[in-house]
Amino acid sequence: MSAVQRIRAVARAEAAVLRRNRWLAVATLIMVVFAVALSLAGSAPTGTLGVDMLTVSVASMTTLAVYLIPLLALLISFDAVAGEADRGALGLLLSYPASRAEILLGKAVAHVAALSVACVVGFGVAGGLAVALGGAGADSLWALARLMGTSVLLGAVFVGLGYVLSSLAGSSAAAAGLSAALWLVFVVLYDLALLAAVVLDGDGGFTRSAFPWVMTANPADAFRLWNIAGSDTVAVAAGMTGAADALPRWAAPASLILWPSVAFWLARAAFRRVEP
Amino acid sequence: MTPLLCHDVFKRRSGTAVLDAVSLAVAPGARVALLGHNGAGKSTLIKAVLGLTGIDGGTIAVCGDAPGSGPARRAVAYLPEAVAFQGALTGREVLALFAGLAGERRADLGALLDRVGLAAAADRRIATYSKGMRQRLGLAQVLLGRPRLALLDEPTSGLDPVSRHDLYAIIDDLAAAGTAVLIASHALTELEARTDRIAILRQGRMVADDTLDALARAAGLPIVLRVRAAETGAADRIAAETGGARINGTSIEIRCAAEGKMRALHRLSGLGPAVADIDIAPPGLEDLYRHFSGGMS
Ligand SMILES: Nc1ncnc2c1ncn2[C@@H]1O[C@H](COP(=O)(O)OP(=O)(O)O)[C@@H](O)[C@H]1O
Ligand SMILES: [Mg+2]
Repeated sequence: MSAVQRIRAVARAEAAVLRRNRWLAVATLIMVVFAVALSLAGSAPTGTLGVDMLTVSVASMTTLAVYLIPLLALLISFDAVAGEADRGALGLLLSYPASRAEILLGKAVAHVAALSVACVVGFGVAGGLAVALGGAGADSLWALARLMGTSVLLGAVFVGLGYVLSSLAGSSAAAAGLSAALWLVFVVLYDLALLAAVVLDGDGGFTRSAFPWVMTANPADAFRLWNIAGSDTVAVAAGMTGAADALPRWAAPASLILWPSVAFWLARAAFRRVEP
Repeated sequence: MTPLLCHDVFKRRSGTAVLDAVSLAVAPGARVALLGHNGAGKSTLIKAVLGLTGIDGGTIAVCGDAPGSGPARRAVAYLPEAVAFQGALTGREVLALFAGLAGERRADLGALLDRVGLAAAADRRIATYSKGMRQRLGLAQVLLGRPRLALLDEPTSGLDPVSRHDLYAIIDDLAAAGTAVLIASHALTELEARTDRIAILRQGRMVADDTLDALARAAGLPIVLRVRAAETGAADRIAAETGGARINGTSIEIRCAAEGKMRALHRLSGLGPAVADIDIAPPGLEDLYRHFSGGMS
């Protein structure tokens, strides 16, 4: 019981910080602005594909989320350990009867909750707008809900990875640099490297058997695959039916559901090695 | 159970010993000043007691428990050197965080903030606090839940004299309620001297651990008698009689060991009305500290 109390104490303080320094408001605003802009911009070809506007909107927002959510998650988390160390407050925090896992969990609760608010509000407003302008069906509403849910999972992954870097970096500045590098690797370079491998391999063994699995192992790609393969209409709208078909349906969800635990486990291991 | 027992503690950092055979005991209600120059190993010793850093030899027991263990963490309170709190939070919010971590659900935060003089600033952001106010907030979290052992690392550095006295008044109360208090400091001031015992670290070695009086005796530093002669002519005679040195027209300074003090006074009283006044100055704190901690700075 007291572990819960300690986690709640940390979460409450972190949540107050996020509210007070406007992080929550700014992140939510960013999500709303980008989501609305993208779903309106993507609405032009609706008629030709024969799908409702919300479907197109979700496909556009999925592409946006792959870039934006890891970025916001890293921005919120990179300072979690390094910042305390820089302030000289880490030793004090660790002198209390709270385990390192409890401290990280408390921070994660607040950070993931803040990201969830930003995602749900941002996608909700844009989705609502799409529904008002172009209608929606049960399938596309379900796709919107899945986008929100998977966004929270994707955010949790990168919050955890941000803690790993924050623990390893030793200073806030170094943690910020490492976070930028991590974002680049997961969101941009990984896909580029895969693309290069596929081009070099032609129609060889890698392209046919290994490629889809290697792709799903990246949480950002798993997020994309889950959202797109999960709905035929979204896949049509995104023009991305082929890649998803090669995998069993559970692969992408399994990857995205496992990743937050993996990231958190790594974060705990890294934090344990920090000597204040 | 003794709140703090360190025996033969040894710690190496990148090849050199930063703690070398350090032994220290702090009893309930005792206030011990841990003195030493910067880099002497004070913070390292405190971190070792908290279990934040490991040791390479010897033993440390906090109320009989291993450093960093659950029971040990519940028994200690810590005020880090130069701590800064999250500036976006208010003093009350930070204290609520620590109360939650300590499992002190019923702690009266308002009363604690009042005790350290932060009642008026309790709901202001910490970013607006002065250095002294932050230090007070740090002290408020030390007072949470009646710790058995309080470890204060340079609690008065950067504080004005009034704040220092306030801080020591709170420390005295804490000790009076039975908490063992260890105060690290890089100087020996009147406030540290008012502690019950003084332990001095010098390059990782404990070179002194005793009461101020005993340390003064052990150091054998001279007592200075300042004598004022009744008239100019008498000054030279007094200096000659007592082996002192004339420092201006009518003043003579006599340096003698503590044991020689009475003999010097007898001789002075024998000089009758030639002596107008006598002032006895025991060795200064500065002299004493310098003697044990080994020159420099
Ligand atoms: N994190 C660290 N890594 C390596 N050396 C350190 C570290 N912290 C302190 N030291 C070294 O250990 C010695 C003791 O430092 P410290 O305990 O901070 O001294 P004090 O608190 O008495 O000023 C110094 O020589 C210092 O350079
Ligand atoms: Mg120090």
